[in-house]
Amino acid sequence: MSIIQRGPDEQVQVLTDEGELRPDADAPELSDERLVEMYRTMKLARHFDERAVSLQRQGRMGTYPPMSGQEGAQVASAFALAEQDWIFPSYREHAAIYTRGWSLDQTLLYWMGHEGGNSPPPDTNVFTVTVPIATQIPHATGAAWAAKLRDTSEVMLCYFGDGATSEGDFHEGLNFAGVFDVPAVFFCNNNQWAISVPRERQTAASTLAQKATAYGFDGVQVDGMDPLAVYRVTKAAIEKARDPEEGETRPTMIEAVQYRFGAHTTADDPSVYRDEDEVQRWKEKDPIPRLETYLRGEGVVDDDAVEAIEADVREEVADAIETAEGVQRPAPEELFAHVYAEMPQRLEQQLAYLQRLRDRHGDDALLES
Amino acid sequence: MSTDTASQRLTLVQAVRDGLYGELERDDDVLVMGEDVAENGGVFRATQGLHEAFGDDRVIDTPLSESGIVGSAIGMAAYGLRPVPEIQFMGFIPPAFDQLTSHAARLRNRSRGRYTCPMVVRAPYGGGIRAPELHSESKEMWFVHEPGLKVVVPSTPHDAKGLLASAIRDPDPVVFLEPKLIYRAFRESVPDERYTVPLGEAAVRREGADVTLITWGAMTRPAIEAAEAVADEVDVEVLDLRTLSPLDFETVRTSFEKTGRALVVQEAPRTGGLGSEIVATLQEESLLYQEAPIEQVAGFDTPFPLYALEDYYLPESDRIEDGIRAVATYEI
Repeated sequence: MSIIQRGPDEQVQVLTDEGELRPDADAPELSDERLVEMYRTMKLARHFDERAVSLQRQGRMGTYPPMSGQEGAQVASAFALAEQDWIFPSYREHAAIYTRGWSLDQTLLYWMGHEGGNSPPPDTNVFTVTVPIATQIPHATGAAWAAKLRDTSEVMLCYFGDGATSEGDFHEGLNFAGVFDVPAVFFCNNNQWAISVPRERQTAASTLAQKATAYGFDGVQVDGMDPLAVYRVTKAAIEKARDPEEGETRPTMIEAVQYRFGAHTTADDPSVYRDEDEVQRWKEKDPIPRLETYLRGEGVVDDDAVEAIEADVREEVADAIETAEGVQRPAPEELFAHVYAEMPQRLEQQLAYLQRLRDRHGDDALLES
Repeated sequence: MSTDTASQRLTLVQAVRDGLYGELERDDDVLVMGEDVAENGGVFRATQGLHEAFGDDRVIDTPLSESGIVGSAIGMAAYGLRPVPEIQFMGFIPPAFDQLTSHAARLRNRSRGRYTCPMVVRAPYGGGIRAPELHSESKEMWFVHEPGLKVVVPSTPHDAKGLLASAIRDPDPVVFLEPKLIYRAFRESVPDERYTVPLGEAAVRREGADVTLITWGAMTRPAIEAAEAVADEVDVEVLDLRTLSPLDFETVRTSFEKTGRALVVQEAPRTGGLGSEIVATLQEESLLYQEAPIEQVAGFDTPFPLYALEDYYLPESDRIEDGIRAVATYEI
């Protein structure tokens, strides 16, 4: 039986909370190099997150949604993809999009309010970062459907949160995926809190994974803070989507059970709605020390290797911040760019009007607010 | 107990909260519902303390589902309650669009008056606070264009409380758009007691003889500032529409027929905006009073940009002053 064909309330784990291989679990099908790369990416994500929150606090960046606690789910799921596969992120998947080739400085630029930060890098199989909740789910279904119609081998991995499962688009996207049996994997980062609303107030269902049953395909719950379990489950779901066995359906919904250590965004104060004790309990499952313990136990990393990685990620994040902060404010013409393939005359007139305003008053006056 | 004369200096968002408190206290049928409105007190703190005061059945955290929130509020309203659903940002209203336009707006009409929908959908709108993508929209025309809905936009704390009370007591569905740019921009004296400010009546914020400036919401303050800045040259009358639908055209026309010159200042994209409707109606009804082309200082016909460029997008004092001068100095 496949790892994903089990009861939706049987949570898949490979590592214990302490980071040891569970007796009933197989070792991961990843080379040591890939394991170290996964660990490094998670460390990078954590450090990036801390610096990003700090930039916002210092007024160097706008509102930012932190991801600490969720690095294992993001990185390990993205690691399970083949090169031709695509991801459809929400706004918190900074580590997943980085894993797929989106640079850190570009992520910073987006949250610094630069239009350029919104442009997926060339040759990166990442759809746009989606701010409205759950709206990317039907897009992933449609892209997967198109890939099937064109008989390619691409699989679409769609990320969303626990709150998204309450939206109509979640239902509609998963329903279509089941009806048209499309090569899509729906990856729910269940971090327990949709801003202030806890998972148990989001749905009366006992798991989110079980919702897949109603759409006629597999739903599986995985320990989202166990990167090796996330990797195995996602890999199995991707392979099934690409090349299902006789009698299998292509789509899968994965519920990765995890926790958001920080605020919903830097504009949020979680102390209003949740206890610090709860945060501390979940921190015991922190995916980063957990994977590190496993890697040390296997002799894959040691103190020197960990220190080298820490120095390396500090430098990469510092460079990204320097690059992003070195980018000039976008030219005001950017307001009018890419609204249509060809700029309508009325927009040309409005752009000319903005240029006259700038000539007459100067940028400093126009930027006063 | 408050006395008739007691008042506090409140910000606009505090006045919204005060207005909700008063209506929850006045009428057991009123309830507040939405994402993060109870335990968290609202992401802008517009519902702070209401859950503690009125409990689980009156101030309700819902699942993350705009269509669910508005759709179920329609059912509650038809049943006889007075729901006040909150949508966290105007940019997230679209999932509820079908419920608002196909049902809330038409329930009275379709049922020939048997069923009604007395609810108020509150949402913060507008730009200027360095918010992320899709958190800065001004899409009031979606709803102004929808017969059966009323659309209200306060620009002061005093009005916010009084207009909200009127909206909640109104027999028809109201979209109540709160200018988050000025949620905390200034304070003014707001009576502790309950009071109403009538829907459908514009306010004259500054009297003037030369030019009529028509605006609403967050643009009211920069409009008044621009009027003051050019006061030595031009005497500007500033109208704050307050209710966009139904529009108080009488006040607009009266002012225009006095000044003969007008401009509209709106944050929303120009094309298909309320300004265009105002200009068209003035031309139909008051053409012979007109002494200059009517100007519009509006948002551009582009998506609202990420925040690094938002100050170029938003009409501000220089643009408004230019518009006033163009209208005031025009000679046939």
